[in-house]
Amino acid sequence: MRYVDEFRDAALGRALGAEILSLVEPGRHYKVMEVCGGHTHAIYKYGVDDLLPANVELVHGPGCPVCVIPMGRVDDGIALAKQPDVIFTCFGDMMRVPGSAGSLLEAKADGADVRMVYSPLDALRIAKQNPDREVVFFAIGFETTAPSTALTLKRAKTERVANFSCICSHVTIVPPLRALLESPDLRLDGFIGPGHVATVVGARPFEFIPADYGKPVVIAGFEPLDILQSIAMILRQLQEDRCEVENQYKRVVPDEGNLRALEVLAEVFELRPHFEWRGLGFISHSGLKLTPAYAELDAEVRFGVPGVRVADPKACQCGEVLKGVIKPWECKVFGTACTPERPIGTCMVSSEGACAAYYNFGRFAREREVV
Amino acid sequence: MAEPTIVSEREERILGIIETARAKRAKFRDERITMAHGAGGRATQSLIEGLLVPTLVADTGRGDADQAPALAELDDAAGITIDGVELALTTDSYVVRPLRFPGGSIGELAVNGTVNDLAVSGARPRALSLSLVLEEGLAAEDLRAEVDAIALTALQAGVEVVTGDTKVVERGHADGMYVCTTGLGRLDPRARLAPANVRPGDRVLLSGSIGEHGMAIMLARGEFELDASIESDTAQLWPAVDALLDAAGSDVHCLRDATRGGVASVLNELARAASVAMIVREREIPVEPAVAGAAEILGIDPMYVANEGKLVAFVAPEHADRALGALRCVPGCECAAEIGEVRSEPPGMVLVETSFGGRRVMDQLVGDPLPRIC
Repeated sequence: MRYVDEFRDAALGRALGAEILSLVEPGRHYKVMEVCGGHTHAIYKYGVDDLLPANVELVHGPGCPVCVIPMGRVDDGIALAKQPDVIFTCFGDMMRVPGSAGSLLEAKADGADVRMVYSPLDALRIAKQNPDREVVFFAIGFETTAPSTALTLKRAKTERVANFSCICSHVTIVPPLRALLESPDLRLDGFIGPGHVATVVGARPFEFIPADYGKPVVIAGFEPLDILQSIAMILRQLQEDRCEVENQYKRVVPDEGNLRALEVLAEVFELRPHFEWRGLGFISHSGLKLTPAYAELDAEVRFGVPGVRVADPKACQCGEVLKGVIKPWECKVFGTACTPERPIGTCMVSSEGACAAYYNFGRFAREREVV
Repeated sequence: MAEPTIVSEREERILGIIETARAKRAKFRDERITMAHGAGGRATQSLIEGLLVPTLVADTGRGDADQAPALAELDDAAGITIDGVELALTTDSYVVRPLRFPGGSIGELAVNGTVNDLAVSGARPRALSLSLVLEEGLAAEDLRAEVDAIALTALQAGVEVVTGDTKVVERGHADGMYVCTTGLGRLDPRARLAPANVRPGDRVLLSGSIGEHGMAIMLARGEFELDASIESDTAQLWPAVDALLDAAGSDVHCLRDATRGGVASVLNELARAASVAMIVREREIPVEPAVAGAAEILGIDPMYVANEGKLVAFVAPEHADRALGALRCVPGCECAAEIGEVRSEPPGMVLVETSFGGRRVMDQLVGDPLPRIC
C-alpha cells in the first residue's frame, strides 16, 4: 500500500533499533509510556518491542477510549438501550466492554436494538431513517473523536432531527496524565505523546509535562517507524539532558492543533466537574458534557439516565500497573477475580492492555522481557 | 542480551494458575447466546466443547471407549466406516445477508462450503442433501436463482443432490432464506489426514490470497459506506486437495478449510488440538491490495476474515516444495504460498513474525471482528 508501507520498512526499523541501542546507557532501565491505545495496538501488531534493547520498556498508558469507560457508564448505556423505542448506536469495540451485568453485545442478545456504527453521522442517518424511534449515540473517545460527535450534534440541531440524542462519555487526555504524573511513586522516563489527540489539540497542551514534571514528550505517529523514531527522540533528550515537547508527527500534527475542530468542541461541549475512569477513579475536569444550548440532544437529560455508579473493586490496582509501579501479576485480583472473561480494570478490558496481554501470553510475554 | 531475571515464586504460582485454567476444556457458562457464539472464536469453542460434545458424546455411552468418538474429533467432516467402506459425513447451515453478493450467492456457498469440508477431510464429495428454510414473502425469482445456482455448483463439484426438505417461516425470520446441506463423500485412499498428525517441522501452506469472502460480505452490507471491488472467493477445493495428495500423499498431514474466523482461527484450533506451536511469516501471506486496504481502514486483521475457497495444508518438510508446486498449478491457487511452520514450543500458541521484524501472538478470536475506534 503506497504511503503506508514506507512507514513499515523493516530495514529502516533495524537501523532505528541500532540508533536506540546507541542512545541507552547500558546499566540504566528506561520506562517509556505510550499514552494512546492506538500506539499500544501498533506496538503489538508490528512487534515493535522486539526491536528495542532489553532495558527499554514500554508501559501502556490510559489512552484506550473504550477501556477507560467505567462500569456504571456502560450500565447507563444498557439501561437506555433496553428502552422499547430506542435504537442504541455505538462504535464496534465499545460493544464488548463489560458493565456490572454484561455488555452491550449481551444486551443486544437480550433483545435490545443495539447497532454498530462507524461514525456518529451514521447514527444520525439511522435517526432520519427511523423517525418513529429514538436513536441514541453512545459518544466515547478523547479529543480525537469528540469533534465528529460535535459536528453531528450541530447538524442534528440545524436539521431539527428530534429523535436523535447522544449520551456523552467523551474524555480529555491532559487530566489523567496529570493525575499519573502527580503520583509520587511514578517510574516513567518519558512519554510517547498521543498523535491523534494532538492532531486536534496541537502540541502545546503537553508542555506542562516537561515544564512541571521534568519528563520529555514526543508526539508520535502510528506507524512502527514513527514509534521507533519517537523513542529514539525521547532517549536523545535524556542523553542530552534536554526536556521538552517534540513533534515527530509533523506531517499531520500542527503545533497549534486544528482550530476549527477546537472551535466546534468549545461550542458544543463543556467540562464536567469530574468524571470516573475505570480503574483510575474520579478525575476532575476530565470528561465532557453537552452545553446548555445542546441540552435537548443530551440523552442523559432526555431519558433521565439512572446515573449508575459501580465502584471498582478496591483491590483493583490498574493505577499502579499504569504507573509502572507494579507488574500485572503483582495485582491482588489478577488472574483470580480479574480475568479477560470477567475483567475489572482497564488493563484487562483491552486485549492489548498490560494485564490481558500478560494473562493471554503469559510465559511468552515474560520470556520476551527476559530475552 | 540482559541477565535472565529471576522469576519469583509468586509469579511462577500465578502463571501456573493461569495455565491450568487455560488448559481446561472450555466451559459453557453464558446465560444466553450472543453473536459471539457464532463467530468461530473462543465463544464458539465454549459452545461446542462445553455443551455439545460433552452432552452428545456422553449420551451415546461411548464417552470413555478406546476408540475416540467421531464427534469429539471436531474435524470438518467425520470419518465413518460402514462394512469396510470409508465414508466422510459433514453438515453445515448457510445464513448470509445479503443473499447475493459480489462473487457469489447463498446457493453457491451452500454447495461449495459443504463439499469443501469433505475435501479437506480427504474425501471426494459424492452426494448432498438440501434443506431450505424460506421466509414468507421471498420472491420466487430469487428462490429460482438460488436453486439454479445450487444445481450448477453441484454439477461443477460432481455431486448429486439426492434428498431434501423445505420449510416456510413467517415474515421477519430467516433473512429471505437459510440453506442447510449435508454432504457424503468417499475417503480417498491416499489421504491420512488428522489434526493429531500435525507435528513439529511440518510446513504450513496456504492455497491463495485471504480475506476476500468476509470482506466482500462486510462491504455488500453497506454499513461502512466503503466501496472496493472485492469479490467473494467461493470456490471448490477438491482439485487443490487432489493435487496435494498426488504430490505428497500421506506426507500431507492435515488440511483445513479457512472459513469462519479465517486462517488465524484454523491455526489456533490445530495448535491446540495437536499441542504444537505455529510460526507464521506475515510477509509470505498473500492478501489482495483491495482487501488489505479495506482491512486497514476498518482496523480488521485479514487473518481473521472468512474465506470460502482457501485451504491451509500441513505437509512434512521433505515434500513441502513439491506440494506447493503442485498446488500452484491448480487454477485459482496460483499465488499459493508457504506461510510458516510447526514447532514444538510454546504448545497451543500461534506466533507471527511481522513484516516489520517483530513478533506477536496471533490469538484466538474472542467474538466477531469489530472495527476499532482507537
